[in-house]
Amino acid sequence: MSSVVRVDQAVVAYEGRAVLHHVSLDLPAGEMAAVLGANGSGKSTLIRAVLGLVPLTRGTVELFGVPQHRFRDWSRIGYVPQRLGAGSGVPATVGEVVASGRLARRGLFGLPRPVDRAAVRTALADVGLADRIGDPVTTLSGGQQQRTLIARALAGEPDLLILDEPTAGVDAASQDAFAATLGRFQARGGTVLLVAHELGPLGPLIDRAVVVHEGRVVHDGAVPVPAGHHADPGHDHVHPHAQPDRPGICVAPTDRVTN
Amino acid sequence: MDLLQYDFMVRALAGALIIGIAAPALGIYLVQRRLSLIGDGIGHVALTGVGVGLLLQQAPVVTAVITAAAGAIGVELVRERGRTSGDLALALLFYGGIAGGVVLVGLSPDATSASLVQYLFGSLTTTSASDLLVIAVLGVAVLLAMLLLRPALFAVCNDEEYARVSGLPVRTLNLLLAVTTAVTVTIAMRTVGLLLISALMVVPVAAAQQITRGFRATMAAAMTIGVVAAAAGVLVSAEVDTAPGATIVLLALGVFVALAAGGAVWRRRRAVPPEPVAGEPAEVVLHG
Repeated sequence: MSSVVRVDQAVVAYEGRAVLHHVSLDLPAGEMAAVLGANGSGKSTLIRAVLGLVPLTRGTVELFGVPQHRFRDWSRIGYVPQRLGAGSGVPATVGEVVASGRLARRGLFGLPRPVDRAAVRTALADVGLADRIGDPVTTLSGGQQQRTLIARALAGEPDLLILDEPTAGVDAASQDAFAATLGRFQARGGTVLLVAHELGPLGPLIDRAVVVHEGRVVHDGAVPVPAGHHADPGHDHVHPHAQPDRPGICVAPTDRVTN
Repeated sequence: MDLLQYDFMVRALAGALIIGIAAPALGIYLVQRRLSLIGDGIGHVALTGVGVGLLLQQAPVVTAVITAAAGAIGVELVRERGRTSGDLALALLFYGGIAGGVVLVGLSPDATSASLVQYLFGSLTTTSASDLLVIAVLGVAVLLAMLLLRPALFAVCNDEEYARVSGLPVRTLNLLLAVTTAVTVTIAMRTVGLLLISALMVVPVAAAQQITRGFRATMAAAMTIGVVAAAAGVLVSAEVDTAPGATIVLLALGVFVALAAGGAVWRRRRAVPPEPVAGEPAEVVLHG
């Protein structure tokens, strides 16, 4: 099977200090892989390097068989960052944020075409937020904002989804919606690379786990069996998700119930 | 209207209308990026350009555009690096700009304190036909760029990394915003003056977002508020003999206060009914 993401001997250094040491990764089409690791292990840096957001000191990254510096086919990649961008000084609706996901396909100029609007609606329906399309994103909960971001990535109809800690601090309902969305994406032939601290309801979907520790890949294969109290049969894996949904980056002035 | 039988008043009004609609169209991106005060800083830098122009006896608008654009690009390069020292670098640039401007204007052959005040606070009624042409051409260019590139600029200002991964030319768009900021500041120095131009970019946006729910609606409302405040400001200032620039800004602030108060009441009422209301209320009502 053809390789969608290939990282070969990647070294990333911030101000002379290496945070990734000769990391290699080969992700074939159709696979759902999770990069696991503790905070500061370099797992987020790995996907940022894949996306070209941090420069490689050494090594190579290929996307869909093309060296990353020559890769231009960005509509094939849907990126889901950890949080809504910091620039939210002006209100924006859920629909407007998700419509940004079409830019890789529709280019710089021009009005949205019917096909763009339809893609936005389909993506929002996929994450269960179709009825919130006209609401300001700041009135959504943290989990709903995260679903908005995945809808934005899906709206571009990508072949590869790259997600940075998609479930961190997200309520259980949104985590389940997330898992269902990713499952459907993979069933359509999509490839998924996600970074996680803990898998939660995504666990059963993951084909392969890449564990990063101190900037090195220490495990690449089946999802590791939980150790310690996580391995306890009575441990139902709910602790991080049982917390109430945290508010989004902005406190909603008017959190309303629609429907 | 009687006032409009004077050519200089017609030119003043036309210039103010163009600035009134273009400044908020650009300002919304600056507010979104939380750079509300950048226009003020670029205005400081533009004053040095005015000084250079007066000293060399060239058109100050041209030298001001060039200097302000160079300053704005410098600011963007500092911002792009994301250094914490960026804040201090901006302060150095801005105060250097205004001090340089004051010194250079003073050195110019036919300097009076009036010429300085004219650029700092505007001198709308002295707008010549050729000034108006420059304002019209550049103002329409800024407006078109801001409207046509709205989805891309929205994406860049909303989430720069996401925009980069979407394959957008992020750096080019950022530099475009920097240069259009400089152009807007310079063409607006006639209308509201270098010290108040930032207000015309930011205050209508702040007023609009009291009552809007989305970006596009905010942009439309801000442009409406800007153009209404500019027109009303010119006419009111002529009637009661106040400085037009400051009058425009005060009227825009008045709209902000009215919408902030009205918006709070409106939201409280709306908190009960579940159905979202599609339309925005008319922005102009509060003006009457």
